[in-house]
Amino acid sequence: MTFTVQFLIDVLSLGGAYALMALGLVIVYGILKLVNFAYGELIMVAGYAMFLMGGSGLPWLVMAGVAVIMAVIAGIATDYVAFRPVRAKSVTAVLITSFAFSTLLQNAALLFISPRPRPVPLPDIFSQTVTIFGAITPVRNLITIVAAIVLLALFAWLMRRTVLGIAMRAAATNFTMARMLGVPANLIITSAFAISGFLAGVVGLLWIGRIGTVVPGIGLEPLLVAFIATVIGGMRSMTGAVIGGFLLALIDTTLNYTLSQELLKFRDAFTFSLVILILLWRPDGLIKGPASGQRT
Amino acid sequence: MGQSMSEKSLNAAGVSVEFSGLRALDNVSLTLSPAEIVGLIGPNGSGKTTLINAITGQVPLAGGRVTIGGDQISGLSPRRIALKGINRSFQIVRLFNNMTVVENVESSALAHGVSLRQAREKANTLLAEFSLSEKAEDLAGNLSYGDKRRVEIARALAADPAFLLLDEPAAGMNEAESETLLHILSELPRTRGLGLLIIDHDMGLIMRLCNRLHVLASGRTIAEGKADEVRKNPAVIEAYLGSEAANA
Repeated sequence: MTFTVQFLIDVLSLGGAYALMALGLVIVYGILKLVNFAYGELIMVAGYAMFLMGGSGLPWLVMAGVAVIMAVIAGIATDYVAFRPVRAKSVTAVLITSFAFSTLLQNAALLFISPRPRPVPLPDIFSQTVTIFGAITPVRNLITIVAAIVLLALFAWLMRRTVLGIAMRAAATNFTMARMLGVPANLIITSAFAISGFLAGVVGLLWIGRIGTVVPGIGLEPLLVAFIATVIGGMRSMTGAVIGGFLLALIDTTLNYTLSQELLKFRDAFTFSLVILILLWRPDGLIKGPASGQRT
Repeated sequence: MGQSMSEKSLNAAGVSVEFSGLRALDNVSLTLSPAEIVGLIGPNGSGKTTLINAITGQVPLAGGRVTIGGDQISGLSPRRIALKGINRSFQIVRLFNNMTVVENVESSALAHGVSLRQAREKANTLLAEFSLSEKAEDLAGNLSYGDKRRVEIARALAADPAFLLLDEPAAGMNEAESETLLHILSELPRTRGLGLLIIDHDMGLIMRLCNRLHVLASGRTIAEGKADEVRKNPAVIEAYLGSEAANA
């Protein structure tokens, strides 16, 4: 029982974080059919915003709110700097500009802050543990699970029950047709980047909460995780991205529990092998999503 | 009333379109008044779809202009043109396949700034009109071809367009589906004061539906006027209709 609870909490908290990361990436991909490689830096921005506010004496929740807003602003900036000017030109151009923007942000952090890890303020509750059915677990894991459930529910509501959400789904299915109906394309795209930034900001807080420090390259792992989760789940489906996130967490956690100490350092190799097997079985990912995957 | 209607006509004047030097449309003029149905016909490659693309702003004009009631719309973005009251369909149905039928229909109303509740009401009314109510919550991608076509037209109507341009609406339909469509389309000008431009190869459908015909061949207008008269025009018979239609 204790083991099962421990395992479940680990899978759900890691999966929740992975699912939110994947969702933040796929919401932009769904509409533009382009991967935002500067996505990890949105998480970095949230982290450094926390670090810079560290000595301010502000309540933690206020700092967290500001950090998320900074990530949203960085998300919108990605659209304006890296995507909008070259969007109509070519996939290659956007690939390069999004990598360039990512490098620019990372190097700015290196140059103006430090290449070394910097501490971020964390509330006490992040370092506390609780015992549930005999399983000892950090409270932050439970916070992650709750945050993931709330955000996924909010996201589902936004996409199904609001004007913006319906317009975004229409644009994600067939961008050209949505425009022909009068859907404002630029507004939809900017909103997607803003939501992506919001998710990255929240994930950033939870992710950095595990480590307690921020470095310029902090966004690389979340980007990779988000990318793999969306590839497993299906690049065109938001549900797929969430399922992919949880599946990846299930694989990671299972390997953590089962691999011996010497093998554990090769965990990623095992994970990726499994991902390859999944893709051989379902090359389009688990959930196919809308068929019209044309770029605009 | 005739005067105010003609003021709000959709007017393409001397429209030309070029694709890398090749003239796809050459000085074509067409007027579509509210509450009338015009058939746009011509052999394959004569420029029919290009004319719709030109009117809806999807291809740039090499000459001429398009106006609604005297206001120029050519040069505006496709979205702006849609907001001016022109809606179109495509040869291949372009529904939002992973959204429900009712969401598809309300999406176009929403784009025109109505509230979610109003859009939902409008969508439900339209679906009832089109006998699609029981499929409202089905995914659009799972519908039969005929139903998809009807949803597409319902979606276009949810935007309350003044003009609807349909590119081969009956293509791929069986006879029963085609008959239902014909009935729906023939009612639109009367019930909604809508101006309809229809491209189709089904001459039976076109002749039963349209007040006027506009015939293109190789990007040029070769005839226009009342359907019966155009059908007897020797140039039209030679270019498009062939002996089959002349004998019909």
